Amino acid sequence: MSKNFVEFIIDGKKCMSEEGKYIIDAAKDNGVYIPTLCNIEGLKPKGACRICSVLVNGRPMTACTTPVTSGMEIENNIAQIEGIRKTIIEALFVEGNHFCPSCEKSGSCELQALAYKYKMLVPRFPFMFPIREVDASNPKLIKDHNRCILCKRCIRGIRDENDRSYFAFKKRGHEVEININHEMANKMTDRLARESMDICPVGALLIKESGFRTPIGQRKYDHLPIGSDIEK
Amino acid sequence: MSKKITIEPITRVEGHGKVTIKLDDQNNIEQTRLHIVEFRGFERFVQGRPYWEAPVLVQRLCGICPVSHHLAAAKALDVIVGAGTGKGLTPTGEKMRRLMHYGQFFQSHALHFFHLSSPDFLFGFDADPEMRNVVALTRSEEFRELAIQGVMMRKFGQEVIRLTAGKKIHGTGAIPGGINKNLSPEERDFLLKGDDPLNARKMVEWAQSAVDLFKDYYKKNREFVDHFSRFPSNHLSLVRDDGALDIYHGLLKAVDSEGRVIFDNVDYQEYLDFIGEEVRSWSYMKFPFIKSLGKEKGWYRVGPLARLNTCDFIPSPQAQKEFEIFKDHTGGKPNNFCLHTHWARLIETLYAAEMIKELLEDPDLQGNDLVTKGEKKKEGVGLIEAPRGTLFHHYSINDNDLIDMANLIVSTTNNNEPMNRAVNYVAKARMTGKEKITEPMMNAVEVVIRAYDPCLSCATHALGKMPLEMELLDVDGKLIDYKRSRQ
Ligand code: SF4
Ligand code: FES
Repeated sequence: MSKNFVEFIIDGKKCMSEEGKYIIDAAKDNGVYIPTLCNIEGLKPKGACRICSVLVNGRPMTACTTPVTSGMEIENNIAQIEGIRKTIIEALFVEGNHFCPSCEKSGSCELQALAYKYKMLVPRFPFMFPIREVDASNPKLIKDHNRCILCKRCIRGIRDENDRSYFAFKKRGHEVEININHEMANKMTDRLARESMDICPVGALLIKESGFRTPIGQRKYDHLPIGSDIEK
Repeated sequence: MSKKITIEPITRVEGHGKVTIKLDDQNNIEQTRLHIVEFRGFERFVQGRPYWEAPVLVQRLCGICPVSHHLAAAKALDVIVGAGTGKGLTPTGEKMRRLMHYGQFFQSHALHFFHLSSPDFLFGFDADPEMRNVVALTRSEEFRELAIQGVMMRKFGQEVIRLTAGKKIHGTGAIPGGINKNLSPEERDFLLKGDDPLNARKMVEWAQSAVDLFKDYYKKNREFVDHFSRFPSNHLSLVRDDGALDIYHGLLKAVDSEGRVIFDNVDYQEYLDFIGEEVRSWSYMKFPFIKSLGKEKGWYRVGPLARLNTCDFIPSPQAQKEFEIFKDHTGGKPNNFCLHTHWARLIETLYAAEMIKELLEDPDLQGNDLVTKGEKKKEGVGLIEAPRGTLFHHYSINDNDLIDMANLIVSTTNNNEPMNRAVNYVAKARMTGKEKITEPMMNAVEVVIRAYDPCLSCATHALGKMPLEMELLDVDGKLIDYKRSRQ
């Protein structure tokens, strides 16, 4: 079956991709980085965090859920969009308790990396300092609700052989929080625990007793900003 | 009618404090108090956090010697993860940590002497405060070289920290049971064979010349240095099991002002049997004391002076030579002269430089066996000799690996009573019968506090930015004199 290729434009650059690909992936194929938080390659997109917002023919759309079409004009690195992204990051920072200095994900955290990329110095919004707990009752994984940004990556990505998810949301509205299925989690393998920690963009899921093993200098974003591997 | 003189905040110490001096109606000193106005609450912050976070979280107490907190917490957690103390770690684990600690000792001591204290010695204690700072040193023909030396010594120490902890300030090197990196051959060569002056050999040379500088000053100003402030006290520190000075690990030892042993060979896991902490209503900072002597008599000094008073020898040749000269001065007895703390500090700086140089030659630093573990425990105590003195970290954890108790006794807290005594000594000598506050009076109080290199908030403040205030109050709190100097 021959694939249909379409042409489109991102920030004036002529690009080409298979028809139907999501903008985020099509951009990546063309060496253009669009930031993501809730999206993760290989999983059905959710469109939850809006950090991937771009202007599509002049209208804001989420790049992780919008398929690319022929002749599309996409604006990505423009002041208006960067402003939106920075605002979202600031909102996420004030909504939880993100104390980077003592977080073991620091240096490998996507939220922190994006804050650096978009030059957040201090959030413009008042901190909410919610009172949230650290749940360490599981033998392998710690859930630190202070840091969870409710992206659902763990719910969507960490499943057993019957495709049942280990994680789910519980409670509603502003009280919603991530929950581990205890019965399943007790049988969780070390590999899956590692994958859970890795799939979480922040430091909300932590493998017990292994923190800070990666020296400074070898962490994901120690040398180059997030997205550098894509940008050409 | 009694009057109260307040000096606040004290300049050129880390953090800030306030001194109040209460006069009686004859203008005699009725009471002096050094108030510590900081309340940091780290013991509470760390509760409920996973235990392995403690070394990284708690080091934020301080921007000058965070490595001490980082390592003391890691040592306490070594006990919790079953790696034990002392030789419990792998050779690479222990030696990398030692290197980190010597590096920070070196930089912290260099900072204290060159940046904070040397202006007093070089320009004179009563010189114009505008002049008496490190910036003026760099501007003066005579002392520029020396100021540059100080800056480069601090820089070298910071580089040692960077290569062992990952960052110059607030790194992550020490983890429970070991370390997260070794020292690559390139990193070793950078420290050992770097271009002058940034290499270990030059640092030993400069550290030696700093000791010589002090001895020279002392020769000319013996009267002043000896009589500025002296009072008998007990002394406490960790000492290696063979009696050597060891700033990373050892057994607790305390001696009295005459050198009689109060306790020795104490495993610091048992520190609570030997040390108590008293709370006084007027200060956030507690007053530790040796239990067997009680609250009144049990206070003690920690830090450079105390360490050289408790150990029997220094295990590095040049520092040992200087140690012998230092000991000779008091006929082998403990040294109780406050300003001799500077002398002791410089001998320790030399010791740290020599230890760095020796350790860098050790191939264990390139080992790959970084972490050990054993049978897990619920509680652990970690002690280390921080630049400013013995530092205690004590944690316990719950069944889910979260910290449920933390107790920290920081070096400056150990020195709380000695600093209060020193202020009292100086105030009595210089302020008795006076009702007006003068600059030399204010400075004298500061100088004696600074000898302890106190880290009052355990936080960094820009040098010379803190104004000095002194208030004279009568018994009803009415202001009768007020003076403010320097910006
Ligand atoms: S725990 Fe992590 S992956 Fe799961 S929802 Fe929260 S932030 Fe996302
Ligand atoms: S990445 Fe597209 S909405 Fe989150």
